[in-house]
Amino acid sequence: MIDLSVNFAGIKAPNPFWLASAPPTNSGYQIMKAFEAGWGGAVWKTLGVPVVNVSSRYGSVNYRNTRMMGFNNIELITDRPLADNLREIEEVKKYFPDHAVIASLMVESKKEWHQIIKDVENAGADGIELNFGCPHGMCERGMGSAVGQEPEVLKTIVEWVKEAATIPVITKLSPNISHIVDPGLAAVQGGTDSISLINTIKSIVGIDLDSYAPYPIVDGKSTNGGYCGPAVKPIAMNMLKDLAQHPEISKVPISGIGGIETWRDVVEFILLGATSVQVCTAVMHYGFGIVREMETGLRQFMEEKNYKTIYDFAGKALPNITEWKHLNLKHKVVAEINADKCIGCDLCYIACDDGAHQAISLPKEAENRIPSIIEENCVGCNLCALVCPVEDCITMVKKDDGTEHITWHERTMNNDVPTTFDDDRAGGKGHFVPKPTDALK
Amino acid sequence: MAEYKKPTSEKEFQKNFKQKKPLMNATEAYYEASRCLFCYDAPCIQACPTHIDIPLFIKQIHTDNVTGSAKTIFDANWIGNACGVVCPTGVLCEGACVYNHQDVPPIQIGRLQNYATNTTIEAQKDIFKIGKSNGKKIAIIGAGPAGIACACEARTLGYEVDIFEAKDKPSGLTVHGIAPYKITNEEVLKEIKYLQDQLKFDIKYNSAITSKEQLQKIEKEYDAIFLGVGLGKTATLSLEGEDKKGVVGAVEFIEELRMKHHKTNVPKKVVVIGGGNTAMDAASEAARMGARKTVLAYRRSKEEMGAYGFEYDLAISAGVDSLFNATPIAIVGNGKVEGVKFAKTEIIEGKLQTNMNNVFIVRCDMVIKATGQAKQGSFYQLIDDLEIDTKTRIVVNEETFQTSNKKYFAGGDAINGGAEVVNAAYDGKMAAQGINQWLLK
Ligand SMILES: Cc1cc2nc3c(=O)[nH]c(=O)nc-3n(C[C@H](O)[C@H](O)[C@H](O)COP(=O)(O)OP(=O)(O)OC[C@H]3O[C@@H](n4cnc5c(N)ncnc54)[C@H](O)[C@@H]3O)c2cc1C
Ligand SMILES: Cc1cc2nc3c(=O)[nH]c(=O)nc-3n(C[C@H](O)[C@H](O)[C@H](O)COP(=O)(O)O)c2cc1C
Ligand code: SF4
Ligand code: SF4
Ligand code: SF4
Repeated sequence: MIDLSVNFAGIKAPNPFWLASAPPTNSGYQIMKAFEAGWGGAVWKTLGVPVVNVSSRYGSVNYRNTRMMGFNNIELITDRPLADNLREIEEVKKYFPDHAVIASLMVESKKEWHQIIKDVENAGADGIELNFGCPHGMCERGMGSAVGQEPEVLKTIVEWVKEAATIPVITKLSPNISHIVDPGLAAVQGGTDSISLINTIKSIVGIDLDSYAPYPIVDGKSTNGGYCGPAVKPIAMNMLKDLAQHPEISKVPISGIGGIETWRDVVEFILLGATSVQVCTAVMHYGFGIVREMETGLRQFMEEKNYKTIYDFAGKALPNITEWKHLNLKHKVVAEINADKCIGCDLCYIACDDGAHQAISLPKEAENRIPSIIEENCVGCNLCALVCPVEDCITMVKKDDGTEHITWHERTMNNDVPTTFDDDRAGGKGHFVPKPTDALK
Repeated sequence: MAEYKKPTSEKEFQKNFKQKKPLMNATEAYYEASRCLFCYDAPCIQACPTHIDIPLFIKQIHTDNVTGSAKTIFDANWIGNACGVVCPTGVLCEGACVYNHQDVPPIQIGRLQNYATNTTIEAQKDIFKIGKSNGKKIAIIGAGPAGIACACEARTLGYEVDIFEAKDKPSGLTVHGIAPYKITNEEVLKEIKYLQDQLKFDIKYNSAITSKEQLQKIEKEYDAIFLGVGLGKTATLSLEGEDKKGVVGAVEFIEELRMKHHKTNVPKKVVVIGGGNTAMDAASEAARMGARKTVLAYRRSKEEMGAYGFEYDLAISAGVDSLFNATPIAIVGNGKVEGVKFAKTEIIEGKLQTNMNNVFIVRCDMVIKATGQAKQGSFYQLIDDLEIDTKTRIVVNEETFQTSNKKYFAGGDAINGGAEVVNAAYDGKMAAQGINQWLLK
């Protein structure tokens, strides 16, 4: 029997699929609907002193036939009075006592923090999330990412919160920083019970070519937004890895956020150490129903791999992520084209010839457009396999026999690395490159 | 069994002759364009007789540069809008699309092409430049696709151009011959007007050139002459009873249909004689005009028909019956046609033989002869030193389209004996360049 339930720093939920603090968690109505649909938890839209929002709030990046592969917004925290939200939290908890309801908070003074924590605890919230991430609007007022970018300030506020809170505290980090470990460590040192990341990334998603204003346009002007959606997933996963591999920070559980839409995304975040995931853009795009695909996919994966709980595989990818200098320089792969599958688009040829290593040739007869790999020129970069539009048509085949292993680190230790500009040990020395003038033929 | 009710109004006519390749809307075009792989040295470009840069114009549609896309198309093919819907794309560009090798539907290149050009024409975008005047004049005989393409190209090269056209409309068989479910008259004429408005060439209508004197005058007034006269009327069959009322040529029948629409008289039973694309069109059209029984009769087997398979399928789907291996030996009837007497044929020692012991009559009220168009032989005799091949096609230099009489150039059906609009468009354009080379050397 597969058990999807989680105990995240003391916050219990029937599954790890949580809604991130955002428009889908604006009201009790939405959260009840989400729980009905299968979500296990929800982080309420950030509470604080209610704001006034602008009209025209979102922009997006569409790629090819995909709408909203990247999404940005200039909305602030909740614009609803606190009392209304508290009443609805209470009501949701009455109907769904076993689901996780977490109150996201953002206020300024210590007094306000203590007051609002007491309020949400009284309403029955299972946990608190501290919003130190919002990169637009709120940061201009000294909150949100303005805190997330100052580890010392962040730590102080976490300490204030911990003085008052009796329920678990999640600190939500901003990715708008060059070294995510600094605020992560500050949060842990301040006493947080757990971490969530990422919030949105400062962004401009596009510019209108008639009015010359970026999207979303508010009466001819705009401001930077916060970027999210599938486009930001790789950035989020790297930051998650940085925290999950850190000896101090990894002592607290981490909730993964950023571009999650499918079961695969969920599994990948868990493999990088997340033990709950939070979703916003995918729900804003497709509605709460997408959780069905996430749940069935996760179950299928766990069944096939024989896992009982998500803790059985949480963090399993972390030991395989190392520094570049520890990679095996003797590993060798070479591209191989399956001529039966090839449709002759010749994208691999032009990609390799113009963008990589001139290791693919076209056939002499014009009729047959199936290219071939020039094995001795192929450096095994993967580019052709990535551009090929046919599933499993180009595969990267391992050519070394696995007996040799040497890393950059080891070679450095042995004084066997290039040290001068024209060092004979240059990796590309002797590798085939066409004559410059061959380009003019 | 006819599937079509006899149309009694323009509305009913349009319903029976519904467009096979309807105009795409912006959303459909965007998504379809997104599928194009942007192949290297794309095979679709090679398969287009005018070599339009297909991946480029599709990418331009996708990136919301529809005007640029239309420009790319017209740069290669002056009849780009009509070609998008009248070209037999399945055997040209779309037939070469790499997706076919994957059993995935090819990109709908024709409809995308029509979308880009149509959008640009509708928006009345000025995209062409008349070349700086070089003081020279070109006369064009025939305002079909070949003549129009030659005129447009010549204008961009700085020539004054006058077209002499026998009929009262431009665009030749595109408006008078092509099946109404491929393109409407308005759509054809709209494109010509768009070209003419920008490139400002003159078309003299109702100006058939039929005498040596006329030609001598033209030769004196113009520096070069382009012949885009196409083919002639339907050739006679020399059949007994061919002069009976109700026996018509396919080209004449279709021309009447295109001009008079639902007002064209089509009786209950129709026999169409022939096995080429024109026969398929005429049979389809008779059926769509509400003929209760339309029989397509061809003297050889189905496999030996010259028509494209998809054109035959289209006729059959319109409710046409076929009769193979039967040759007409007489048209019977008292003054007006009442039936066609056929004899079965068989191949004996590789030769088609008529079996006069197996003779039968198919009753009908109309016979449409689709057995080929006569050539403009007598007209060609008016021109000095004009070389004609054994099939009465004008012989031209393959690159310059110059004829044996240096002052004359030719293209389209007149040189290929009857092909497609796209071939005529290519010839006309190249001939203008040929003239330019010849006059400027
Ligand atoms: C029934 C039928 C269906 C067809 N369907 C298709 C199709 O679906 N798709 C496709 O691509 N192609 C189709 N075609 C072929 C296509 O229409 C022709 O290949 C194309 O129109 C040839 O262009 P052109 O300019 O050479 O000649 P034409 O289009 O024949 O134009 C010749 C012009 O010259 C004029 N002219 C002739 N003699 C003189 C003279 N002495 N003085 C002045 N003017 C003169 C004529 O009036 C005419 O306007 C079809 C043809 C037919 C007959
Ligand atoms: C394979 C690869 C190698 C790169 N190497 C360099 C480099 O040597 N120097 C550099 O300034 N940027 C390097 N970049 C970064 C690019 O110049 C560029 O800043 C980045 O890819 C973002 O642009 P893009 O989204 O158009 O790819 C590299 C990028 C790629 C994909
Ligand atoms: S793996 Fe890289 S180098 Fe090798 S053929 Fe493919 S693109 Fe070229
Ligand atoms: S990219 Fe793939 S399908 Fe296209 S030519 Fe190369 S191997 Fe063939
Ligand atoms: S062959 Fe097909 S996919 Fe390739 S460029 Fe042409 S239309 Fe696009």
